[in-house]
Amino acid sequence: MDPVNYLYLAALLFTIGAFGVLIRRNAIVVFMCIELMLNAANLTLVAFSRMHGNLDGQIMAFFVMVVAAAEVVVGLAIIVMLYRSRHSASVDDASLMKL
Amino acid sequence: MESLIGLLVAAPLLGAAVLLCGGQRLNRTGHLLGTALAAVSFVVAAVLFFDMVGRDTDDRALHQHLWSWVPVNEFQADIAFQLDQLSMTFVLLITGVGTLIHLYSIGYMEHDERRRRFFGYLNLFLASMLVLVLADNFLLLYVGWEGVGLASYLLIGFWQHKKSAATAAKKAFVVNRVGDAGLAIAIFLMFTTFGTFAFGPVLDDVEASGASQATLTGIGLMLLLAACGKSAQVPLQSWLGDAMEGPTPVSALIHAATMVTAGVYLITRSGAIFNAAPDAQTVVVVVGAVTLLFGAIVGCAKDDIKKALAGSTMSQIGYMILAAGLGPIGYAFAIMHLVTHGFFKAGLFLGAGSVMHGMNEEVDMRKYGGLRKYMPVTFITFGLGYLAIIGFPGLSGFFSKDAIIEAAFAKGGTQGWILGVVTLLGAAITAYYMTRVMLLTFFGEKRWQPDAEGNMPHPHESPKTMVIPMVVLAFGSVFAGGLFKWGDAFVNWLEPVTQFEHGHPPLSVPVITGLTVVVLLIGVGAAWFQYGRAAIPVVAPRGSLLTRAARRDLLQDDFNHVVLVRGGEHLTRSLVYVDNKIVDGAVNGTAAFYGGLSGRLRRAQNGFARSYAVSMFGGAALLVAATLLMRAV
Amino acid sequence: MADMSFPLLTATAVLPALGAVATAAVPAARRTVAKWLAFAVSLGTLALALVVAMRFDPGGDRYQLTESRSWIADFGVRYELGVDGIGVAMIALTAVLIPFVIAAGWNDADPVEGEKTGRSWRPTQGFFALILMVEAMVIISFAATDVFLFYVFFEAMLIPMYFLIGGFGDRAHSRGEEEGAKQRSYAAVKFLLYNLAGGLVMLAAVVGLYVVTADQLGEGTFSLQQIAEARASGELTMGTNAERMLFLGFFIAFAIKAPLWPLHTWLPNAMGESTSPVAVLITAVVDKVGTFAMLRFCLGLFPEASAWATPAVIALALISIIYGALLAIGQRDIKRLVAYASISHFGFIVLGIFAMTSQGQGGATLYMVFHGISTAALMLVAGFLISRRGSRLIADYGGVQKTAPVLAGTFLVGGLATLSLPGLAPFISEFLVLVGTFSRYPVAGIVATAGIVLAAVYVLLLYQRTMTGPVEKPEIAKMPDLRPREIAVVAPLIAMLIFFGLFPKPLTEIVNPAVEHTMSDVRKTDPETAQSDAEAAK
Repeated sequence: MDPVNYLYLAALLFTIGAFGVLIRRNAIVVFMCIELMLNAANLTLVAFSRMHGNLDGQIMAFFVMVVAAAEVVVGLAIIVMLYRSRHSASVDDASLMKL
Repeated sequence: MESLIGLLVAAPLLGAAVLLCGGQRLNRTGHLLGTALAAVSFVVAAVLFFDMVGRDTDDRALHQHLWSWVPVNEFQADIAFQLDQLSMTFVLLITGVGTLIHLYSIGYMEHDERRRRFFGYLNLFLASMLVLVLADNFLLLYVGWEGVGLASYLLIGFWQHKKSAATAAKKAFVVNRVGDAGLAIAIFLMFTTFGTFAFGPVLDDVEASGASQATLTGIGLMLLLAACGKSAQVPLQSWLGDAMEGPTPVSALIHAATMVTAGVYLITRSGAIFNAAPDAQTVVVVVGAVTLLFGAIVGCAKDDIKKALAGSTMSQIGYMILAAGLGPIGYAFAIMHLVTHGFFKAGLFLGAGSVMHGMNEEVDMRKYGGLRKYMPVTFITFGLGYLAIIGFPGLSGFFSKDAIIEAAFAKGGTQGWILGVVTLLGAAITAYYMTRVMLLTFFGEKRWQPDAEGNMPHPHESPKTMVIPMVVLAFGSVFAGGLFKWGDAFVNWLEPVTQFEHGHPPLSVPVITGLTVVVLLIGVGAAWFQYGRAAIPVVAPRGSLLTRAARRDLLQDDFNHVVLVRGGEHLTRSLVYVDNKIVDGAVNGTAAFYGGLSGRLRRAQNGFARSYAVSMFGGAALLVAATLLMRAV
Repeated sequence: MADMSFPLLTATAVLPALGAVATAAVPAARRTVAKWLAFAVSLGTLALALVVAMRFDPGGDRYQLTESRSWIADFGVRYELGVDGIGVAMIALTAVLIPFVIAAGWNDADPVEGEKTGRSWRPTQGFFALILMVEAMVIISFAATDVFLFYVFFEAMLIPMYFLIGGFGDRAHSRGEEEGAKQRSYAAVKFLLYNLAGGLVMLAAVVGLYVVTADQLGEGTFSLQQIAEARASGELTMGTNAERMLFLGFFIAFAIKAPLWPLHTWLPNAMGESTSPVAVLITAVVDKVGTFAMLRFCLGLFPEASAWATPAVIALALISIIYGALLAIGQRDIKRLVAYASISHFGFIVLGIFAMTSQGQGGATLYMVFHGISTAALMLVAGFLISRRGSRLIADYGGVQKTAPVLAGTFLVGGLATLSLPGLAPFISEFLVLVGTFSRYPVAGIVATAGIVLAAVYVLLLYQRTMTGPVEKPEIAKMPDLRPREIAVVAPLIAMLIFFGLFPKPLTEIVNPAVEHTMSDVRKTDPETAQSDAEAAK
């Protein structure tokens, strides 16, 4: 199969993720959408790795996965704390960090 | 002998330093120390004088080089003194009259708690004045020039608790500063023209220096400006009347006998430059003639005895400046009149001080009258000074003033006639106002008034320390002129320094002398007619327009007030506004602009994570689009 | 070339820096120890500075006591120090004035009653430490012969100054404590931002200079001497425009620091709101770095551009002279009056520098030194006066000389020095500047001479309104005269004014050769006189 199709799929996934981040208020959903975007990026990396015939992209993808996992841990913890203090998981409720 | 010159200056300078820094401990002895050091200076001057007389005419100048002062490449100024006949004359006058006035002040200032300080200032004045006349270059002269200005400032404002005294002192200094700026510019011009400003190189050979006529005229005019400031000549004369706020010994020493005549010294000293710049000389003569009349007219209208004498001083210095402007036919007479004037005017001021001393510090002559019986010595000495200043034949003023009038006629042509008539007219007015002072003070009815505390004055003769100087000065007023005239001694004495040409007036000398005596009698007669016969009102009558203008110094002060003071206030106030609102406004405006801008921009920072995300995506999309576009191109 | 013996200049700068650290570390309760420590360090620095002056040989190389070490090798930045006569004079001035500043500010930073001090809040220690820190940085600036090194300290100086102005203001404020604090922080921020802005322009020019040298010499350098040598040998030729832009970058920064009209408005605020010793530090020491740098860097690095800019700079200097003096006349606040007077005096200094004559530049250098001493005398006495009455407004005084004659007398001497009375030191420098200017630009010389009349007006008006007249206010009737500590501060300053007024030769001797070097940098010679023209014609 033509690897370019993976790129199309990745683009699609990324767009869905981006829209999710922009539209949804629930922090958990926003978080999942971010994961979707990250994985879209991973897919692209792997696809390019395949197209160019070297392994750098795949290695990079592993890095991204590890970082994403770490990020999930921190992020979820923040969301839980936020929910505890505000009894809501809406991102719009956390708007105090402005000038 | 040379090494003694420095001592002349050092003695009073030491006195000033000790008295001003010494503190309260010296309160009881300070005046004695000050007087003693002035006397030391006089003795040294006398020693130097006899030494000088003993040497050849051409070998009389002494030089003392102390140290190199400001050496910057071409610009070489030294602390160095030069004592020639001209300086010697001044040194004797300054230290002689100065010592007498120190002595007089012991009595006059007896009850002043700040007497020590007064003597410190007097010593400072003596030192500065001696530097002025002893300097061998214009920059050191400038030091003395401003030094006497400072001493004058301190002494006019000696009674600082009086607002008028403080204001008068400041006015004197500032007006003098205008003149000083002139002297500074003259020195700049000398430096750029001659590459130096030492007397010798500048003055010895002006013709050969290659300096253009315009430059020399410029130097001359700037020197004249300086002289106008120091010697209270029109248009910088306004400070002298106010300067009478100072204690009377100060008026006698500084504002009559010595400091105010420094302008005459400057012009005479720089004679070589003026000789080569006839245009500048003409201006000098005009200034002298105008001031001569100006001062005389002001002197006629003042009821304040010291201010009347101040007007007279201005007028007499006008004579000297006029004579100095005549060139070699006048220099010697200018200095001669300066010296005789030093005697009689100092004597008159001391007499006035003595009168004030006896009259509870009253200065209004309309509140005097009939004092001759109560203060006989003062009356006699003042009277001799009076006869000398009006030029009564045989007394000092007669010889010196007559010589100036002759020289004025000798200028030649229309100018000569005009100047001759002006000087004669001045002589008439002098006789008039001095007779008026005499009559109002010593003759007529008693018009004494109680002072502010209701005490009637009890006029009495002043203490010995005050009387002795008056007597000595009276002797000078009577005999100095004759002595100087005897065998043209004075002219011959100065001739090596100032040069001398015999003037040839269009009228014969006896005719001029006769005319002088005639105008003198007219002046005295007019004054007697007005003040001698009738009773004098204690409150001054309204008077004619001229009288009223003359009382206000011929409106000079009003002009100054409106144009300079008011104008200056408006200017500075509007500049303060400009600085705060416009110059600083631009600075604060820039700050406010960025402040406002950041206020706008921070609204984009609304705290909603999703709006940040939009801008991120938007930014990313823009970047991608831009990259693609660049590729396409 | 670099002398590897004892690094005297570094030591002179490091001593106060170490002293600053030590002073700051003194425990809170031991205020007096901190004061004496700071004072002792400043005296030690003075001793080192005097050794520098002794070691300096006026007839020797242009830069002496040089030190050279690699610093940031990748960018050709070196730690290069060296002094010419001008630098020696300025370092000496700094080292002389700091002990007076410390002694005059002895009690200025004591905690107000009821104010808590503790482990971390030790205002007194901080005050003296900051002063020493400024001294260290100023000395390095005067000694730096590497443009980048100079730049670093030129900017870093702002930080301690910022805290000195903002943190230790004048407690005497007409509109109350709170308004005072507001004004103070405004002044401090204005000072910092204004000077920082100038510094950034200069940074751009510093980078530009590196680019130009790297481009032409193959290797970028900031060393004054290397650049000068390269220019002399023709290896380095700057394009006219490049040189002018670089010149402007440097000049604007220095003109702000100096300060020159119209970039002066931070000075009255800063001097008005800070305590008088800090005001002295600003105008007598820190601002001098600006005028000094014009002489060393603007003229030394960009001679052609300097010649190009001369007419404009002279015009600005003249405006500063007259404008500063007129504004001083219009002030109602004693310290702001002195600040505007200083602006007028800085006009004279810049005028002297750009007159490009040996009298002008020699005079300008002397002016920097003497203005430092005279302003210190005037400002410190003004500070003593203000601390007695608790007000800076001229109208709150009158008749002081009756109750405090010594204070009034010293104030008058300070004032007379400010108006350049002959016999006192500033006269010599002012006269030299005027002569130097006049011999090249007669009209400018005459306009500047008008400044001396205005100086008399503002000084004597100030004296008249504060010191003379009847004693009408009860606060003045019981005003104490100067205390021994205060007399000890003022008397040496006055003695120096009189000494240098009569015998400035020790200074002119070290300054003259340096000025000749600067003159040859800009390839100028003194104008000929008519007399020498005539001789030449013969």
